[in-house]
Parts: sequence; structure tokens; C-alpha cells
Amino acid sequence: MRKRDIVIGLAASLVIALLLSPLASSWPDGLEKVAKDLGFIEKGEGAEVLKAPIPDYKFPGLDSEGFSTALSGTIGTFAMFGIGFGVARLLRRKGQ
Amino acid sequence: MHIPDGFLSTTTWVSAWTVSAGGLGCCLRQAGREMKDRMVPLMGVLSAFIFAAQMINFPVMGGTSGHLLGGVLAAVLLGPWAGAVVIACVLIFQCLVFQDGGLTALGANILNMALAGTLGGYLVYRVMKKLLGGRKGIVTAAVAAAWISVVAAASLCAAELALSGTSPLGLVLPAMVAVHAVIGIGEGMITGLIVGFILKTRPDLIYGVQGTGVRVQGEEQEYGKAEGGLDAKA
Repeated sequence: MRKRDIVIGLAASLVIALLLSPLASSWPDGLEKVAKDLGFIEKGEGAEVLKAPIPDYKFPGLDSEGFSTALSGTIGTFAMFGIGFGVARLLRRKGQ
Repeated sequence: MHIPDGFLSTTTWVSAWTVSAGGLGCCLRQAGREMKDRMVPLMGVLSAFIFAAQMINFPVMGGTSGHLLGGVLAAVLLGPWAGAVVIACVLIFQCLVFQDGGLTALGANILNMALAGTLGGYLVYRVMKKLLGGRKGIVTAAVAAAWISVVAAASLCAAELALSGTSPLGLVLPAMVAVHAVIGIGEGMITGLIVGFILKTRPDLIYGVQGTGVRVQGEEQEYGKAEGGLDAKA
């Protein structure tokens, strides 16, 4: 993979995370929908064992939902690039 | 279909954690054996891309939405083992930072999407690719495998919910399969578009493309340039 490909791939990911994520459908996903229809959705309410720093991609204290989602997406995209790259490098070293 | 905390019984989530820890360890070992220098940045970019794409819920029928899982996409490019590791990393990150999927359910989510979805999907892709052959065969196999991976992950999720006593299998399995059979069409389309595009522009990035009869132009050009450079120096 050349530098150009990395830049193109990352740019495409950032466009998706930054510009498209606020437009994503807010309808329940497949599992949520089934849980609602079959009446077990309330089992998940208040059952979280971990308080994540940015629950549901919404920054605590940020009013604009769209901006909050875009910010989460951008930070997450950069972080996931670093994580994926780092794990791959570790695997490469161990494999040698 | 990220399962939240509270949906699974203790026995189920502990068992799922155990199975997925073992399975992920196996994937890490195999991925380490296969990891090449040129795959390192690709794994970074794919992790970023799949995370971003998973944020985009597209509407499907009846007030339901779905998003890309990306397991087959990752496996087509990086191979099944590193592909599964990518999806597991995305799931762990989503759970710990964004509370997308519960911590107790993380084992089950990794089992369904990173292990069953990615490894199982790759198996389907590999068999179909061989049967169909050629460039078109790769894309068609990826599309079909992507659809199957979503339905397989959803079925396993339904089984875990049934084992937990959350909902009877006779209800939850058909409901999960019906919804995800539609969401899977989106998965197949997105996977097919991206695999088709990469096959056209950078076929050397496809895992195991050598020996499939697909001309790897990108690689030839790169080697050609390197050789030319040597010749010029000599």
C-alpha cells in the first residue's frame, strides 16, 4: 500500500464519519426492532455495566446532536486507524 | 446487531466470552503468521473505514435501520484471520468508548460478528470464488458471502437470546433472520461495490489474488518501476 492509497482510504473514511454520519437513519437497528416487537427491549434499560466516555456517540455537554456525532466519528476514525495499524505492526513483529 | 448489557443470561455471556477469547487468540496467532509489511497500513485504513461505515445506518423496511458489518470486506482484503481481528478491534473500541454493545455482551458480539460472520463469511467467499472463477467470480462471491455473514451473525445472536431465556427461539430466530435478510442486501451491495472498485484499481490489495487468473497490474507496475530504477543505476 502506497502513501497515496492510505491518504485516499483515510480521506474516504473521514468523509463518511464527518459528513455522512449526522445524516444516518435514527430508526432502531435490526436487533432493537426485534427486541421492541417481541417485548424484551426493557431488559437492556439501565443494565449497562460500564459508563463509556461518549455514550451513543453523543458528547456529554454538546447540544448539537449532528455535530456531536460528526466529532465522535472523526475522533473514532483516527483512533481506529491507529489501533488497526498498531495491532498489525505488533502482529508483523511477532510473526517474524 | 450489537447486543447491549441485560439481554444475555450470565451463563450465556460468560460462555460467549470464553469461546470468543479462545477464537480471537487463534485468529491473532494465524494473522501474525500471515502479516506482511504491505498489509500493515491496509489494516489501519480498513479499521478506520469499517468503524466510519458502521456509523451510517441506512433505513430498511418498516422503520428499521441497518449498517455495514464489514467482516467479509475485511476478510477479502486481509484474509480471514486479520479480518476477524479488525472487526473485533472495532467492536471492542465501540463498546469501551461509545457504549455501542454491552461489555458483558462483548464476547457474544465478537463471536457473532468477528468470528462467525467474518470467518464463516470468508469460507463461503472462498468456495464460491473457486467455483465461479475470474474477476466477476470474486465480486459475486463477496456479495453473496456478505449477505450470508449478516444472516449467520443474526441467527447466532437469536440463538444466544433464546439460550438466555430472553425470547423463545421460535419467535426470535425468524424475526432476526427476516430483518437481517434485508439488511444483508445492503451489506452485499456495499461490499460488492468496494471489492469491485479495488479489483479494478488496486487488485494487488485483495488477499490471495495470486493464482486466480486476475492480472495484478498494480503490483506489476510497482515491480516494473523498481526494476527500471535498478537498470538505470546499473
